[in-house]
Amino acid sequence: MSELHDIAARVVAQAQGGEEIEAYAARGTDTEIRVYEGEIESLSTATSAGIGIRVLLPGPDGARVGVASAGSLDPDVIAHALASARENATFASPDPMVIFASPDGVTPAAVDLVDPAAHLVTVDEKIALVKAVESAARSGDARIRSVDNADYGDSRSEMALVSTTGISATAERTSAFLSVATLAGSADETQTGSGFSIGRGPGALDPEAAARDAVERSVRMLGATKGRSIRTTVVFDPRVTSTILGVLSGALSGDAVGRGRSFFEGHLGEAVAVDGFTLVDDPTDLRAYGASALDGEGLACRRNVLIDGGLLRQFVYDTVSARRAGVSSTGSAARGGLAGSPGAGCRALVLTPGDRSAEELLSDVGEGLYVQSITGVHSGVSTVSGDFSVGAEGLMIRDGRLAEPIREVTVASTFQKMLMSIVGIGADLTWLPGVAAGQTVAIGDMQVSGT
Amino acid sequence: MGHVVLGSCATGDRYDEAVPASPDLIETALIERVLSAAVERGGDMAEIFCEDRTSRSASRDDGRIEELSTGSSRGAGIRVVVGDTTGFAHTADLSEEGLLSAARAAAAVARQGGGGTKIAPLERRRRHEAPVRHLLDDVPTADKLALLERADDAARSAGASISQVTTSYGEGRRRILVATTDGVYASDDQVRTRFNVMCVATGDTGLQTGFESLARTQGFELFDGADVEEMGRVAARRAMAKLAARPAPSGEVPLVLAGGSGGVLFHEACGHGLEADHIVKDSSVYCGQVGQQVASPLVTLVDDGTVAGEWGTSAIDDEGRPAQRNVLIEDGILTDYMWDWLRARKEGRPSSGNGRRETYKDLPMVRMTNTFLLGGEEDPEDIIAQTPEGVYVAKLGGGQVNTATGDFVFGTTEAYLIEGGRITEPLRDANLIGNGPEVLRRIDALGNDFSMMPGTCGKDGQSVPVGCGQPTLRITGVTIGGTAA
Repeated sequence: MSELHDIAARVVAQAQGGEEIEAYAARGTDTEIRVYEGEIESLSTATSAGIGIRVLLPGPDGARVGVASAGSLDPDVIAHALASARENATFASPDPMVIFASPDGVTPAAVDLVDPAAHLVTVDEKIALVKAVESAARSGDARIRSVDNADYGDSRSEMALVSTTGISATAERTSAFLSVATLAGSADETQTGSGFSIGRGPGALDPEAAARDAVERSVRMLGATKGRSIRTTVVFDPRVTSTILGVLSGALSGDAVGRGRSFFEGHLGEAVAVDGFTLVDDPTDLRAYGASALDGEGLACRRNVLIDGGLLRQFVYDTVSARRAGVSSTGSAARGGLAGSPGAGCRALVLTPGDRSAEELLSDVGEGLYVQSITGVHSGVSTVSGDFSVGAEGLMIRDGRLAEPIREVTVASTFQKMLMSIVGIGADLTWLPGVAAGQTVAIGDMQVSGT
Repeated sequence: MGHVVLGSCATGDRYDEAVPASPDLIETALIERVLSAAVERGGDMAEIFCEDRTSRSASRDDGRIEELSTGSSRGAGIRVVVGDTTGFAHTADLSEEGLLSAARAAAAVARQGGGGTKIAPLERRRRHEAPVRHLLDDVPTADKLALLERADDAARSAGASISQVTTSYGEGRRRILVATTDGVYASDDQVRTRFNVMCVATGDTGLQTGFESLARTQGFELFDGADVEEMGRVAARRAMAKLAARPAPSGEVPLVLAGGSGGVLFHEACGHGLEADHIVKDSSVYCGQVGQQVASPLVTLVDDGTVAGEWGTSAIDDEGRPAQRNVLIEDGILTDYMWDWLRARKEGRPSSGNGRRETYKDLPMVRMTNTFLLGGEEDPEDIIAQTPEGVYVAKLGGGQVNTATGDFVFGTTEAYLIEGGRITEPLRDANLIGNGPEVLRRIDALGNDFSMMPGTCGKDGQSVPVGCGQPTLRITGVTIGGTAA
């Protein structure tokens, strides 16, 4: 086992007097490079490590949990964190539902998230990649006036999770990305676009494709005007669909449902979406950005069908939220970092693709608005009420084809209504960063607000 | 003038080495050795930024203290600037070996070699201590948890439809030390405390949320003048009001924003666009506009990191420059941008004290501190009365901006219709969308009230605390993204 595992195990071995301890140790090495006008603007490289410790004190009225974290694996720092977690536990309210995860017999999938060649790539080769994306974006179209940011990043991270309740897990992953933001136009008008490429290692990155995407998105917005208010069909591009599904996943968290903070609460078994809507969270699918063998409590990740043919089948759970709901963990514990207890969340959502290409969907829709990017998701979308209101830019759809560009409009409905108003799901499933893949999706009867 | 007095600028600025301060994060002699190593192969400037953070947070949910969490981190970030290139490395190992290794990693960009970089002596250090009266460690944990219970009880008692209440408390202390080869040598001790209430109300129309927060750069004295029970009731009222709310309208409407409703409007409409990193890359709609009328003559916008106790306040920025008051727009005319060291150097001017970073693991960049619109002369009641039809926003949520196009959105969390000059029905939450320069010109009334709100500003993956403020104001037209036709 790894050095990290030894560190976590040493913490757990100090359990005394009936207490339970869980230790989560993590370490990562990151490189970030930003290029501007062909020169390196910044280059950072560093390793960081830390530990999160949870202590559970059992009692007649239930258990109490205390948490402490530290950004170092120094033995003195860890000892201090353990003492703090113990002390913190004494202030919690006893809760009979609170336990730590125990092995549930499900074998983790063989999910290899390490690119063995990643560490062979030199810094100079990484610099060349980001210079390539910047240069391809700048020369991609005569109307590109500058490249705002061109970035490369990679990381190699490992973690170990050990508990007195029998969890003993390690995991390792590598990842790399390229991203580029372009400005198209002139002194009178600027439009923006972005593109990216992601992979388990630098070898998987495609600077040309990332640049092409950014260029197309910015250039096709030139001449955009503020749209008029209309009620129409809105077609979301795969990236936007991925973002929306990512937000929607918050309402599918058994933790949120159990706390009365999801509009899905009380609707299990009911039709919540159109027939063709099947949503699966499957972190065992290697193609997913969020692929993982183990969840945040060290249990095996598994395939969970959440909405099947429009029927709400189940939520995702971590150990405690599952216990409160009287079900078993779905292997969906998610951690926000070293600090805090895990919650329940999706990692790798896939909306089952339809059989129509993006072009065919546009043709089916005929008239509407094609949205290429949205803003204000954190301020205008609620998975509690289901209210949905976002800023949008994109292109009008006329006669089944993309037409003039539109900016500075909002697109609004409610999640409840949108899921029931889907008129087309594209075949163009695209694996994207975040918790969800995406494809072109058309939703009827949305309110577009403009002039 | 109707300018509101925001309290004295009393952040401590002491040079007295005899003050019994917290122990140094790192000794002067070691800093000098690390800076020397960082510029061994050349470089225009090297900097070491040390940070020690501790935090404590607790939340109460469903009537239970769910968990008390404490955290700590300590480390140093080292940057070496060579021409237009910055090399950066960070380490949690503050030993000489750890720091020297980070310094050499950061210096790797200075490949041309040569050395000979001048190192200014680190003379007297500007040492700042947060003017905290109640150090958080001196307050019993039980007293902090009692606040959660009081707010929780008040929120639950506010109405039968309140189905969920979460109250949370957080405190953080951040000690920083910055030293550069230019001779900057400064430290600060920053203490921040926050308190939040979130309620869910359940009714026939579904679920709605209400939120209230209090956050200042202070110790436990934050609660001396605060009524946490009232915060609970306010959050509950916001959630309950929306149960009966109708969908927000869609299309362009006159908008009245309540004083202190969030101020996020200016943060997004022009604040980000006035950050010099966007200016030097010509990726802001406000490029080349200094001296020009960019807003209604009513608009005087200030970014001020010195306002005592505000959420975005500190004695120094994260590059060791004293925080200062910067007038960005005066009577509608753009007067200046906000600058950090790197971008200011490009223009041969001083930093405006706006170089900030989230942690020692991050490079600094241009960030806002407390950004606010100064108050006007009208009675807020009159502004509403003189608006025949429109939308009144009592509380804003977050926002987002594309600085290159100026298009921005901001969300409402408590809003009402204005009909016949009176506030009438509550509206469900929605985003509003506008274009910064256009919206700034459409401000036609400014109230004589003023208040600030805390916020968290995210940029390039880094989050920092900021303050936003404004009086009651009216915008003649902005697009609201509701679902009603």
